[in-house]
Amino acid sequence: MGWNLDDSRPIWPQLKERLMKDIVGGRYVMGGPFPTVRDLAEEAGVNRNTMQRALSELESEGLVITNRTAGRTVTTDEELVAETKAAIAADNVGRFMDEMASLGFSAEEVIDIIKKKGVENR
Amino acid sequence: MKTELVVECRDLTKNFSGVKALDCVDLQLGRGKIIGLLGPNGSGKTTLIKILNGLLEPTFGEVLIDGEHPGVHTKSVISYLPDKTYFADWMKVNDIFDMFGDFYKDFDREKAEMMCASMGIGLKDKLKTMSKGTKEKVQLILVMSRRAQLYLLDEPIAGVDPAARDYILTTIINNYNEEGTVVISTHLISDIERILDEVVFIKNGVIVRHEAVDDIKEKEGKSIDDVFKDTFRMVPFMGVNGYDR
Repeated sequence: MGWNLDDSRPIWPQLKERLMKDIVGGRYVMGGPFPTVRDLAEEAGVNRNTMQRALSELESEGLVITNRTAGRTVTTDEELVAETKAAIAADNVGRFMDEMASLGFSAEEVIDIIKKKGVENR
Repeated sequence: MKTELVVECRDLTKNFSGVKALDCVDLQLGRGKIIGLLGPNGSGKTTLIKILNGLLEPTFGEVLIDGEHPGVHTKSVISYLPDKTYFADWMKVNDIFDMFGDFYKDFDREKAEMMCASMGIGLKDKLKTMSKGTKEKVQLILVMSRRAQLYLLDEPIAGVDPAARDYILTTIINNYNEEGTVVISTHLISDIERILDEVVFIKNGVIVRHEAVDDIKEKEGKSIDDVFKDTFRMVPFMGVNGYDR
């Protein structure tokens, strides 16, 4: 049942992260309808209060918009989506660099590894 | 007017021939939440639930449900799932629905019938012919088809396999009245911790912790399951050979 969540951390921030990724990753159409709390809670296997809290955060950041009549929609603000995407990328790369640094790699070495990997995958 | 709290216990104590099953329990539960009542076997979970729904009288102390002492009003707002089924074998699903419709104004028969259909249970099926698991499903359907203020679910997932557990939990979170509060007693924590807003830990009849789940995770960086194990850790008897001599 549900999304892959880490039970040792608070649940709502994990829901928020996951939904942010889904939004900027294009799972939902920009300006299109966003699922209800009920549906999302069921999909994630969490309770609605927890999902509601994650959605409220997304609303306050402007990624999801609540209309009085039409329910929730995904933002149409492309700049905001791009910024969010960049922030998620920076976050991931930061964590990766920390991990590599703990193995003793310098930034240059890491970049070399990435380039090689990129060539292999092409 | 609705009280802010759906459950309020003060100094609640229950003695069974001298043994304290509950010891000066103070407990306040808000509305619109899913709350886990967690404790090992014999810690007082069922006793507390039975006092809340008026099946047992406290030896001492006070309970208010929806602002009132246990009685006619509180029975009309509590939907209770006992740890055992209590229906007669000869009854059909339809008969039980009739009974619930008579007893409870907030029983939504249409919803109950839809839930039966989705679980593949026929309205003319007799309880006698049902497996234990199916009987438990019927009971859950009855309990969740009421628009109650307080749902008291005593070990709803204890006797079923893991696949059925998910099914039961999904049924609970999709069907409770959102203005009401759901109390789920269990010792199977890892299965339910994701759906809980708050947990109440009970140990030897005493409430040792009552806190929001995400607050606990934030503070301790551990799952509720792990926190539970730390709280209730028992020192095993090592046997004579386990000790250094």
